[in-house]
Amino acid sequence: MSHNHPETELHNPQSTKPPLDPHLKALENEAIHIFREVAAEFERPVMLYSIGKDSSVLLHLARKAFYPGRVPFPLLHVDTGWKFQEMIAFRDAMVEKYDLDLVVHTNPRGAAENVTPFSHGSALYTDIMKTEALRQALDAGQYDAAFGGARRDEEASRAKERIYSFRTPDHRWDPRNQRPELWNLYNGMIRKGESVRAFPLSNWTEVDIWRYIQAEEIPIVPLYFAKKRPIVERDGMMILAEDPRLELLPGELKREEVIRFRTLGCFPLTGAIRSGATTLDDIISELETATVSERQGRAIDRDQSGSMEKKKREGYF
Amino acid sequence: MTAPAIANAALDDATTVTYPAQEPVRATRDSRPLRLITCGSVDDGKSTLIGRLLWDTKAVKEDQAATLQRDSNGKQNDLGLPDFALLLDGLQAEREQGITIDVAYRYFSTDKRSFIVADTPGHEQYTRNMATGASTADLAVLLVDARVGLLEQTRRHATIATLMGIRQFVLAVNKIDLTNYDRGRFEQISHEFKELALSLGVRQVTAIPVSALKGENVVYDGRASMPWYDGPTLIEVLELATTRSAQTVGFRLPVQRVSRPGESFRGYQGTVAGGSVKPGDSVVILPSGMVANVTKIVTFDLVRNAAVAGDAITLVLDRQVDVSRGDMIAAIDSQPMTGLAFDAQLVALQPEGIQPGKRYWLKSGTRRQRVQVQPASQLDLKTGKWNHADELPMNAIGKVHLVFDEQAIFDAYEQNRTTGAFILIDPDTNNTVAGGMITAKRAALGGIHAEESRVILSLPADLADQLMATELFASRREDVEVRRVTAGKAAEIVDTIDS
Repeated sequence: MSHNHPETELHNPQSTKPPLDPHLKALENEAIHIFREVAAEFERPVMLYSIGKDSSVLLHLARKAFYPGRVPFPLLHVDTGWKFQEMIAFRDAMVEKYDLDLVVHTNPRGAAENVTPFSHGSALYTDIMKTEALRQALDAGQYDAAFGGARRDEEASRAKERIYSFRTPDHRWDPRNQRPELWNLYNGMIRKGESVRAFPLSNWTEVDIWRYIQAEEIPIVPLYFAKKRPIVERDGMMILAEDPRLELLPGELKREEVIRFRTLGCFPLTGAIRSGATTLDDIISELETATVSERQGRAIDRDQSGSMEKKKREGYF
Repeated sequence: MTAPAIANAALDDATTVTYPAQEPVRATRDSRPLRLITCGSVDDGKSTLIGRLLWDTKAVKEDQAATLQRDSNGKQNDLGLPDFALLLDGLQAEREQGITIDVAYRYFSTDKRSFIVADTPGHEQYTRNMATGASTADLAVLLVDARVGLLEQTRRHATIATLMGIRQFVLAVNKIDLTNYDRGRFEQISHEFKELALSLGVRQVTAIPVSALKGENVVYDGRASMPWYDGPTLIEVLELATTRSAQTVGFRLPVQRVSRPGESFRGYQGTVAGGSVKPGDSVVILPSGMVANVTKIVTFDLVRNAAVAGDAITLVLDRQVDVSRGDMIAAIDSQPMTGLAFDAQLVALQPEGIQPGKRYWLKSGTRRQRVQVQPASQLDLKTGKWNHADELPMNAIGKVHLVFDEQAIFDAYEQNRTTGAFILIDPDTNNTVAGGMITAKRAALGGIHAEESRVILSLPADLADQLMATELFASRREDVEVRRVTAGKAAEIVDTIDS
């Protein structure tokens, strides 16, 4: 407990959770403030929900921000069709459990032309099935604000993001001309067609996310925990081999290993790590000694230096 | 060399760390992250310093280091280390030009504490990004190149940081290795900076001789090269610094939204911006002035018996009152100022500057309203003097008068950094054009105001012209500003003064 922060909380007798430490409490307060600000200032907000750990934390914070009311905006899942099967099951369970409005969108062009990460390569596939699909979905819903779970510690261009990130009517981000963002005074004034992407988790780090998941007992997709799973090795990554659409290339061998995922995207583009971490304690201590970053397992970041910035300029989250 | 006298000993949150080292007053350790800003002029090594902080605190992972090595194209410094600046300047344009354009936020931690560092650009044209970083920082690390010494940009950044309420400074005299670890040079620069800091009212300055490139006195000490320095390293100062608090005035809750999930519940949601509140407290709703009592403080999983500054809560009152977004719920015995006119200081952030008389949007807390801005003076960074100004160009630091159409609600920024701060939004472009801090409430319009040493006379147009034509006035132009008003207005002012 902080010594500056007096003991002010009467515990709900039903809860067995100890109070949050002041660091996580400060991050939580900031995120709730951002959620409420966006909900009050915009006409049609939406929350991007990608089913990963950051999304799970984002959803939990949204529920806290608007309690005792419902989450007052829909969740949007841009479904590439290549998510891990366990993620889709988890998504549907969350929507049911928390009485949420869910919008799912898949790029019809991509589906019609059968765009896959195998046939089109990771860069083009991501452009069509994620960036283009997201733009379609945001336009269709006429959303003027979209929450995302991006953190500034993830990647160099994300470190430059504002909490309110202004986007032009064609969803472009101009990193050289961002609005100054002073104190916690966010400027949400936009013209018709323009929008803002809001990032309540901007100041969180990967370890903060895990410590918060642990402290708040937030449900997450089981793929984050180590288990014996079928994999193949490809391009230096261990890819989960449970989906029948994954065809083995000559020389590739399917085998079982004890693995887990540190980050979850589309299964053919997300590498697993060898790990015995089966509990949140294990994961946190593994992270604290990790020598590689979280996005090391993401193929789409590695296409070239600055590729995330390029994607973001074009409308990617 | 002796430490500068620390003014204002009444403020007890000061951890005084001075050079030469004396046992720091050990503040109660705060586990909240410390927010800091690095600033200074171009090429004084800010990116290298932060890169070094990240590197030596093991915040750079192997794959990031590999990318760094690749992006450095084998360009390594003579220590065999890659170019740290590439770790920070993530935008393509920054890499192309080798400069930092926009503020970047970095995260690192030691065993003792976690840190959020805003890495801000040194170029004058990007001053707005420096101000952005300073607005939320607890501490500023000001870099100076040991070979060059203090520059106008050093003064500008120190001034903006001070205006924004930062009271803890570290002067990192960088590239000390390139002066052959010259102790005299270090002491001279420290002395000059401390004079500047004192003139700005800064109470805490720690000067450290640093080589960011070689990692001396950043995370590891530089005793081998600088046996004459026995003060703290940069990381030691950061670990001991205090976070800033907004709790100096009574309870404040700017209302973000009204929560009405059903007929039986009506709560007011917001983040406590000062003081504390508990069930049973009497509160006032501004600007209406209605009074109510707090019955409950609701959060997601806890029923609370109190809430303090920083807490995001939902407040339930004991009676039906008209409360909406933009209103403020405040302690009844310690209310904020309300009025139609205020004085403020601001930093102009956009190329178009601040135009006299233009009507802007002002956002403070959750309240957004129209305001007319009248520039009064501008700070001359070379002399430290406030000169009369009718408009404020980009990057200017100025004093202004704010005139509202309807009641505005503020505290002085000195008293509350949340309810005393505002941004100005240009209604034509929707861009944020200034960040400002309230200094005082202004009395009725017109009349004679003693404002610093400058006197403003509001006179009927003919009298004003006569006065300005006199020889006496010509010699007092610096001290007196004459404004033309209508005869009716002048009579009203005279009545006010007489009564």
